[in-house]
Amino acid sequence: MCEVKVITGTSAAAEAAKLADVDVIAAYPITPQTTCVEKLAEFVANGELDAEYIKVESEHSAMSACIGAAATGARTFTATASQGLALMHEMLFIASGMRLPIVMMVANRALSAPINIWNDHQDSIAERDTGWIQIYAEDNQETLDSIIQAYKIAENENVLLPVMVCLDGFILTHTVEPVIIPKAERVRDFLGVYEPKHAYLDPDRPITQGPVGVPDCYMETRKQLEDAIERSKRVIKDVNAEFAELFNRKYGNGLVEAYNLDNADTVLVAMGTVCGTIKYVIDQLKKEGKNVGLLRIRTFRPFPKEDIKDLLKEVDNIAVLDKNVSFGFNKGALGIEMSSILKNKKVCNYIVGLGGRDIKIEDIKKIISHVEKAEDDETMWIGLKE
Amino acid sequence: MQFPREEFFAPGHRGCAGCGAAIVARLLLKATGKDTIISNATGCLEVMTTPYPETSWRVPWIHTAFENAAATASGIEAAIKVLKRKRGKYADKKIHVIAIGGDGGTADIGFQSLSGAMERGHDLLYIMYDNEAYMNTGIQRSSSTPFLAATTTSPAGSKIRGEDRPKKDVAMIMAAHGIPYVATACISYPEDFIRKVKRALEIEGPKFIQVLQPCTTGWGFPPEKTIEIGRLAVETGVFPLYEIDHGNFKITYKPAKRKPVREYLKMQKRYRHLTDEDIERIQKYIDEKCKLLGL
Repeated sequence: MCEVKVITGTSAAAEAAKLADVDVIAAYPITPQTTCVEKLAEFVANGELDAEYIKVESEHSAMSACIGAAATGARTFTATASQGLALMHEMLFIASGMRLPIVMMVANRALSAPINIWNDHQDSIAERDTGWIQIYAEDNQETLDSIIQAYKIAENENVLLPVMVCLDGFILTHTVEPVIIPKAERVRDFLGVYEPKHAYLDPDRPITQGPVGVPDCYMETRKQLEDAIERSKRVIKDVNAEFAELFNRKYGNGLVEAYNLDNADTVLVAMGTVCGTIKYVIDQLKKEGKNVGLLRIRTFRPFPKEDIKDLLKEVDNIAVLDKNVSFGFNKGALGIEMSSILKNKKVCNYIVGLGGRDIKIEDIKKIISHVEKAEDDETMWIGLKE
Repeated sequence: MQFPREEFFAPGHRGCAGCGAAIVARLLLKATGKDTIISNATGCLEVMTTPYPETSWRVPWIHTAFENAAATASGIEAAIKVLKRKRGKYADKKIHVIAIGGDGGTADIGFQSLSGAMERGHDLLYIMYDNEAYMNTGIQRSSSTPFLAATTTSPAGSKIRGEDRPKKDVAMIMAAHGIPYVATACISYPEDFIRKVKRALEIEGPKFIQVLQPCTTGWGFPPEKTIEIGRLAVETGVFPLYEIDHGNFKITYKPAKRKPVREYLKMQKRYRHLTDEDIERIQKYIDEKCKLLGL
């Protein structure tokens, strides 16, 4: 049926790109993404994957080449992290603005200065408003599965948007876990042979892509993009359900995952690997007779407003964990979003794990006891040295 | 030479009267024909040809950003190659992938992406249309602006006499990449330009052509003089025409006797501040360059 390999998150991402039978890979190495593009280079070198591998001279060119390839009707893949993602920034808008279904793995890593190669979410959060769908994986299996799902979401004709699948640097990228590798034929059945649904560059049907968007049309293109990413919510849920049927694995409803939410009056909200630690603490507390829940946000964009409101309507204490900061507001991006949609609730924000700072079990417990006692919305930096 | 009658660059674009960039595009597409995909950098050419919902391009065309026409073209070329191989798409076609950018998008901000694409050996032709400044943003200097030319960011003042650095030699830097074909051309010599494009397209691998195209607005001359000024740039040795085909250097147009640089300079407002002494300095500089090239 399938094979189990004990592999890193970056290898899982590379395996997923191979299973998706990508046509063009354009990549530049950057820690902690590098082992992903190295693995893909091996696949291509060994003839295990028939793709054009463009060894570009920068991440800016990696994304530019992916755009060129996707605009020519090829299924494309790239991967990056941190400064590399920041260097792509300009091109991310162009990929989404041109409605190209590019899939990218992002190995989440802190931004300079000071230079730091370890994990936080500042890099992908800084790309929040580029029009990309953002999926945050919790483990290596989810990384592989999410990349396969990402192609199905991106290429859906009601979506046609690029997707980044984010995984925590080192915590996942360099840690081995058993990962189920599905059979290539089953992935092919799930994704179908790629036939671009968007208009693409073809001398027999000449089109102009990326023209000057005069004021008379520009705003409409932006609204179309917003509508498409809104529509992607339904598609992400459907793809998650269809994936569950075929592969017997699912990730909440695709947008959010509820863990021990029933009857919990204290709920932690977070993204990525910290959710594993939180689940562990929740299980411990449960044995002690204490009922705490987790709401894991899997897609930060589109932001699952409706699901969050619905799942938290009975909850009094909401603790949002952020591995990023919006400087000048002293909150993380998730904290800001949560406060904006849960106006009459107490939403405390905890800045955690910046630049690879450990998030310990005691930290999670400290957050839970803090939010339960807090009178109103508060922000607290966890794990800071005295 | 018989020029193909068919036009793949439609009339009705928004270029200035006498625009050299439009002539580059029109001649280029006459040389490439229908089976061509263009990756256009941000710049005059892109702005004047594609104000949505209009377009001047009768071949597939893409614009992504200012600095990455070459990188975008790399992706297009790779996609065509793999789609032919894996899915039999375009199987019976030789599609020409052309990247085109102005001197700013090529010599300055796009230089890294250009160098990367050339070094990687993609089968594509890069056309640098050289109007010697950032023209559509208001005539600021680029690294391709010639010595002592006045632009809005290298103005002729009482202390500084215009652009204080010589023009960057992009064609020779491309030749140093060891690519199979490098050439210079000028719109005033259309047969030479078309022949060079056609020759480039016969060769597999990365090719580069730098085309001089006088800019009425930026250089300051009447629209009807575009071709004449371009011709003078070549006749004076300011812009020599050559090609380097698999390492073999050849001057493709040798003026019987080089005209004095003064004749070229005096027709343009960007040089109107020059003194006799300045013109002598330019003449000396051009003489030295021409000697090196055997002109």
